Amino acid sequence: MAESKSIKQKLSFRVEPRLNEPPAWYPSVVSFGAIIVALILGGVLISLAGGDPFRSYQHIAKASFGDTGVLSDTIVKATPIILAALACSVAFRMKLWNIGAEGQFIMGAFGASAIVLAPVLPAETSRWIFIPVMMIAGMAAGAVWGFIPGYLKAKFNVSEIISSLMLNYVAIAWVNFWIFGVWTEGGFQMSPKFPDGAWLPRLADYAKAFPIFRGLTTHLGLVIGIVAAIIIWFIIFRSRWGYEIRLIGDNPHAAQYAGINITKNTILVMMLSGALAGLGGMSEIAGVVHRLQTAPIAAGYGFTGIIVAWLAKLNPLAIIFVSVLFGALILAGREIQPSGIPKMIQGIILVCLIASDFLLRYRIRIVRGEE
Amino acid sequence: MTDPISSTANSSSQVPLIVEMRGIVKRFPGVLANDHVNFELQRGEIHGLLGENGAGKSTLMNVLAGLYHQEAGTILVNGEPKVFSSPRDAIKSGIGMVHQHFMLVPSQTVTENILLGLDEPRFLLRLPEYDLKIAELGERFGLKVDPCAKIWQLSVGEQQRVEILKMLYRGVDVLIMDEPTAVLAPQEIEGLFITLRAMIAQGKSVIFISHKLQEVSAIADRVSVLRRGIVTASGVSSKGVSRQELARLMVGRDVIFALDKKPGKPAGVVLNAIDVHAESDKGLPALRGISLNVRAGEIVGVAGVAGNGQSELSQVIAGMRKCIKGQVLLNGDMVSNRTTLFGIQHGMAYIPEDRTHVGSAPNLSVTDNVIMKNYRKPPISKNGLLDMKAATKLANELKSAYDIIVPNVSTPVRLLSGGNLQRVILAREISGLPTFMVAVQPTRGLDVGAIEGVHRLLLAQREAGAAVLLISEELEELLSLCDRIYVIYEGKIMGEVMVNSEKQDEALIDTIGQMMTGTPLDQIQEEEIAANG
Repeated sequence: MAESKSIKQKLSFRVEPRLNEPPAWYPSVVSFGAIIVALILGGVLISLAGGDPFRSYQHIAKASFGDTGVLSDTIVKATPIILAALACSVAFRMKLWNIGAEGQFIMGAFGASAIVLAPVLPAETSRWIFIPVMMIAGMAAGAVWGFIPGYLKAKFNVSEIISSLMLNYVAIAWVNFWIFGVWTEGGFQMSPKFPDGAWLPRLADYAKAFPIFRGLTTHLGLVIGIVAAIIIWFIIFRSRWGYEIRLIGDNPHAAQYAGINITKNTILVMMLSGALAGLGGMSEIAGVVHRLQTAPIAAGYGFTGIIVAWLAKLNPLAIIFVSVLFGALILAGREIQPSGIPKMIQGIILVCLIASDFLLRYRIRIVRGEE
Repeated sequence: MTDPISSTANSSSQVPLIVEMRGIVKRFPGVLANDHVNFELQRGEIHGLLGENGAGKSTLMNVLAGLYHQEAGTILVNGEPKVFSSPRDAIKSGIGMVHQHFMLVPSQTVTENILLGLDEPRFLLRLPEYDLKIAELGERFGLKVDPCAKIWQLSVGEQQRVEILKMLYRGVDVLIMDEPTAVLAPQEIEGLFITLRAMIAQGKSVIFISHKLQEVSAIADRVSVLRRGIVTASGVSSKGVSRQELARLMVGRDVIFALDKKPGKPAGVVLNAIDVHAESDKGLPALRGISLNVRAGEIVGVAGVAGNGQSELSQVIAGMRKCIKGQVLLNGDMVSNRTTLFGIQHGMAYIPEDRTHVGSAPNLSVTDNVIMKNYRKPPISKNGLLDMKAATKLANELKSAYDIIVPNVSTPVRLLSGGNLQRVILAREISGLPTFMVAVQPTRGLDVGAIEGVHRLLLAQREAGAAVLLISEELEELLSLCDRIYVIYEGKIMGEVMVNSEKQDEALIDTIGQMMTGTPLDQIQEEEIAANG
């Protein structure tokens, strides 16, 4: 084709839908690339705002992963997010839009606190009895808060989005009633501090044996979160129930055709979701706050959980890592600025990750066309 | 490669060509969908474009309609080369396409849908004026549809008419119809054909994409055939070529239309429906006293025009729809108004009408889809956990036993072709060793080769002693597979006929045809006696 050389070569990009599944490593590489792109974009904005992007990033990294102390703080922030995101992920897997993880989280904290404050168990009870009972109470309270929208959805087809969202406010008001009126400590809007037995053990508690743990606040909640993530992974991908959840989520008609009871599963999955969020509330109250108080519990973990669940593509194990990233951003946020830059970076990462989904469904081809 | 059959060389130069496509190449990842395809459309003809699923027909026409861009090749419209970068460009050059899936706004009226995307009316929506215009246009082409009706109120056939009107209103000269009959009931198909002929009479040209030989020979003046992206016949007269020959051009080998069916040896009654009444989704009576039975070792057909209660009947049997009166017994156990699970656990297999929305979970893997019915039992399930190794092993066994073409069993089934997906569903249902199977339209939308495969599997079930209820709109399919046929009309059984596999006499087809249009069998027989006596 001698004459084609004289013809002008034209390069063009073409977007085509993917017909084959991309290889298994592809989604993680795309997500990683999206974060890099987000950081570059964030850097541009930082320098436009008159800052030095490299120093800012360095500072953020230092403030969240710089030494064992801040790393521990990052993990403490990530712990409630892991459980809240797991809660969202199981419901979303069945396409149940549980926006009420926040309320279920708060109710979990309330349920766990009631064991101490009612009191169900005396203050001198051993830690090894206190903690399991508080976990069960927290999960039960969260499950009840998940059951309500689940039952309404299953029996009367009430939108779970609205009912679960509204129950968030009910949960806050409910907790406020108790700490204002019943369990108040000297008129302040908080309960008295919990006895030591109701605290989740922290690394710092073992500083005598391991000096390296001095001052580290990472608590047992992290272990609870990781174990919960592994159990949820197993339920979703390796159990009969999980198979039913995945089938209903992908195609409810096919699930009905396969003889699966959708009504029952709607209620059960909302309860499981609520129980996980409730466990998150318990972990936060017993691991960090150590008293019932609204502000640190209703800090939006349930809503962050929605975002984290999506970014992790509902994969329980990926949720652990995304939660740590978000924990770091929350922590660094406090370090650098009360608001602003870290929130902006958080937003850019989110947009980039969501936009990168496009590359999973489409491919861009460079076409050398002859004009 | 053999040379494609083509019309005599000089015939095309006599009639002016309205569209000419030369050397079109279109590639998709892993597939060469169009390999240097030439296509010629004469002014004022209906041109049938035949091919199996995945032969590249729709791709070629999407290129012509401006939806895809070809990698090589040129398009000439009235002799002038054109480059289309969007459907809008194609419409400007007078080429419009009606897709299989309609693109209409359900909550808006017919007129609003037709005007959508146009520059007129400029400011004020003077709808009554346009209603009138559209009604006139419809009248001209025999497209009866109320311009003020909302889309959701219309049947699928009427919605298709709106899509055609949309194109006619935009003044296209060439109308591409992609598998237009796939969604239509038989009587609607006749209406569509009348419209297409009216369009030809008024100087328009039509490209009719289909994989149904009968329809193409009934409506098309000339036929082109594609096979795996290559033209195997180009513009041959539909009169001058036999159906067998066209089928061979489509699939590349002779299709056996007669199946090897051994004489049946029916045993006891397996399924017994007694005076079944049920309502449609809209709450209207759909089944009005259906009684039928199926014995072990026979295939019993239900013939009828679409929408006469066939879907509802299968759903009542499968336990997915409420039976308001009467009952369905499976081996003596009542299955109607029980859970779907009850039927599954008592040996019922169900091939639903809608493979993608009911029969499978599109984003789940082949493995997840084949265990849909038996995930509750060992070896797949142990103590509430799934044994994924056992599931994968089963999926791989079924993959090779049923020729499911897929790179591996972890592929999501949405990536499978229609024929392959149907094989996944059949593999799943048959591997459960059912005593009774209800299959609804099991071959709809499949190509000739895949249809044959499905037929063989159904006959194998019959020989294995299962009772099969086959609900189909393809009379030919029923006649070649069934031992007995019931005919359903408006939710009632019009009569039952025996099928003699040796001879398919015209009288039988005639009787079934009469029953399908609402004449009960006893009345037909009375009339025959009266005529003879």
